[in-house]
Amino acid sequence: MLSNIGIGLIISVLILSFLTIYSASLDLETSSQTIKKSIYKLSLFQTTFTILSFLTLIIGFLNSDFSLVNVYENSHTEKPFFYKIAGTWGNHEGSLLLWINILVIFSYLFLVFNHTHAKKFRLYTLIFQNILILGFLFFLLLNSNPFSPIYPTPPEGLGLNPILQDPALAIHPPLLYVGFVGCSIYFSAAMASLLSNYGGKLFAQSIKTWVKISWCFQTLGIIVGSIWAYYELGWGGFWFWDPVENASLLPWFAITALMHSLIVLEKRNTLYPWVIILCLSTFILSVIGTFLVRSGILNSVHTFASDPSRGVYILLFLSLMIFSALTIFFMKHKKENYNFNLKSKETFILANNWFMAFFLVTVLIGILYPIFLDVLTNTKISVGPPFFNIVIIPLVVPFMILMAIGPKFNWIKSQNKISYKIIFSILCAIGINLFIFYFFGEYSLLSNLIFIAAIFLILHSFLDIKKNISKKNRYKLPRIISHLGFGLLVFFIGINHQFSLEEDFNLKVGEIKKTDNYEINFQDIKIKESKNYKAVIGNFKLTNLKKNLVEYLEPEIRIYSNPETLTYEAAIKTKITSDFYLTMSNVSRSDYYNIKFQKKPFMVWIWVSALMITFGGFMQLSLKKNED
Amino acid sequence: MKINISKIIIFSFVIFFLFVFWQGLKKNNSYDTKNLIGSKISSFQLPDINNNEQYISEEKLKKNKYTLINFFASWCAPCRVEHKYLLSLSRKSKKIKIIGVNFKDKKNNAISFLEELGNPYYFVGKDLDGKASILFGIYGIPESILVDNELTIIKKIVGPIDQSQYEEILKLIK
Repeated sequence: MLSNIGIGLIISVLILSFLTIYSASLDLETSSQTIKKSIYKLSLFQTTFTILSFLTLIIGFLNSDFSLVNVYENSHTEKPFFYKIAGTWGNHEGSLLLWINILVIFSYLFLVFNHTHAKKFRLYTLIFQNILILGFLFFLLLNSNPFSPIYPTPPEGLGLNPILQDPALAIHPPLLYVGFVGCSIYFSAAMASLLSNYGGKLFAQSIKTWVKISWCFQTLGIIVGSIWAYYELGWGGFWFWDPVENASLLPWFAITALMHSLIVLEKRNTLYPWVIILCLSTFILSVIGTFLVRSGILNSVHTFASDPSRGVYILLFLSLMIFSALTIFFMKHKKENYNFNLKSKETFILANNWFMAFFLVTVLIGILYPIFLDVLTNTKISVGPPFFNIVIIPLVVPFMILMAIGPKFNWIKSQNKISYKIIFSILCAIGINLFIFYFFGEYSLLSNLIFIAAIFLILHSFLDIKKNISKKNRYKLPRIISHLGFGLLVFFIGINHQFSLEEDFNLKVGEIKKTDNYEINFQDIKIKESKNYKAVIGNFKLTNLKKNLVEYLEPEIRIYSNPETLTYEAAIKTKITSDFYLTMSNVSRSDYYNIKFQKKPFMVWIWVSALMITFGGFMQLSLKKNED
Repeated sequence: MKINISKIIIFSFVIFFLFVFWQGLKKNNSYDTKNLIGSKISSFQLPDINNNEQYISEEKLKKNKYTLINFFASWCAPCRVEHKYLLSLSRKSKKIKIIGVNFKDKKNNAISFLEELGNPYYFVGKDLDGKASILFGIYGIPESILVDNELTIIKKIVGPIDQSQYEEILKLIK
């Protein structure tokens, strides 16, 4: 029953898509200045039907309707309510439906909210967006249908992978999808802009808000994913340079570059071709990321089980997208002459773009190199963290310095000025770094430079905030907050990296392990029955011998029943200055447990500073006027 | 018609990229465990976990009637589960020798892992960054590959060895 409703709704959306494209192309020919009412109606119907189809799938999951293959494979009657809903997008087919929902919703919102812009530009955007929608609808219907029925109906489902049953992971995909799929709208808008000759300032204004929205959600989504990895994977890290993680960084670099160069296009009416390239490549990179993750082409230890036929389809679609984008770009773009003064805001924004491009290419090479080598020479390698650390970290130093001083410059041309603020911040930064170096422990030259640059950016941003608050100028605050967040992020990651403590040992119940500063007492063990799992909980008493502080930690080993899986839940005590991280795993046929104890300084501040970067973005969205 | 070189270069570049992706997709099938059975393992060289001077390579495996190459790590919980089967294999049968490949692990943790659970391996090779394991087509651990004295793969087990697979190995090496 649900299967028929779902497929029916999807087919209606498909027909509405064709109708929208048809009537939009007819409307292009008319001389009227406004878009026909019927097109708005078609788009609204399309949005409603798409949302309804998603609700249908959610109902399927909530009612545990195992007549749908998708529900059967990914859910279970005993799963908690919240994870039944989250299960909807916790699998390939359901997430594709969510993906289509975002495409359609953004298409409608762009049509409605951009009514001040040229008719032709809006119609072309609508047409391109609907072509994208059609592509994904066909993919959904032909290859990955979440409404496929199964007969006879199985009595019970297979369950959702327990590692995915986590609040952070439940909201991680929707956030990322709004971020990644949101990019589609300015992919379409860029194509429309080329075809309708609607460039420059007005184009920048039409996509500005959409770029910011998708940037905010992408950033937030990546952070939530990282928090999940920290809490759930039980390795005590938060970024592993895993190909799947890297794939999510690619569009992020492009969109961050776009967000900055868009300011130049809006204020100075230049860089138009570059902005178009970024608009096109942001969404193309999102689709490449999806292709890499979903087709199983990546050599990653934790890629989802996948099916190459999906890969063929996405690749076909990707090729069409790239070729049509390139063809239209080459046909329509005009050469621009650039005459930027070295000491101007636009030069510094361009510098940001070069850094972003460099980071993007580095990560892209890291992802693609193993694939190319495998295909061309049959050699299998993996590119690991050392590559990214060596190539990316040194460049973060000049990047942060430019982040602090770049925004100080005026448009077009600035006077030669080294303000007292810069000198003061640099001297303080060197002083603070020396203090940390002598009192807390030595580190390499590169780390010294990283700390100095980060502290410089932090201090400089604080001075900026002070100045702007006293002047009652709110419009610069979002940018300063995001840049400050980045400085803090690098600083805390640096501290965390330098001063983490890790111990690995085996203990029996009742035994005590002493390290330099800490005493770990394995007091007892208890068993807890929960709705969908059974847990073995260890009770640990942690004493700080120097300060005589006591903490209690309770790591768990969970035995999930559907599907039968073991997961290790770390016990994490978050303090303002550091996190204590303890995982326990059982040693078979013995009373011993393997214990991994870590002290990670300023962990919570890494999240706070990363969230601050996003907060700056959301704050900018909420302000009507932006920084000049 | 004027030929624009930069456009041609960009287009060829894109075509090449997409072509490699497409080939990569086809390649992916060779990861299927079944396809590997009957093929020979590629040449490899692994240093001993305790002593960097000592190596094991495919040539040395030819001396054993059967060799089971087992990929493990101290941080891998399922490896603990399958360990008892490895121990009893090494005890029960003289025909089979087991090599351990320590995957993305720390040396001390691996050694204490073996001290704690017993050591079924006659050689423990280290693969700290996981590169050598990728050569074997390993995509997660634990995994085990059973080869004969001609280096032909007879069986490949993805995930921990269980009772039925253990019995199957015993049957295969009879």
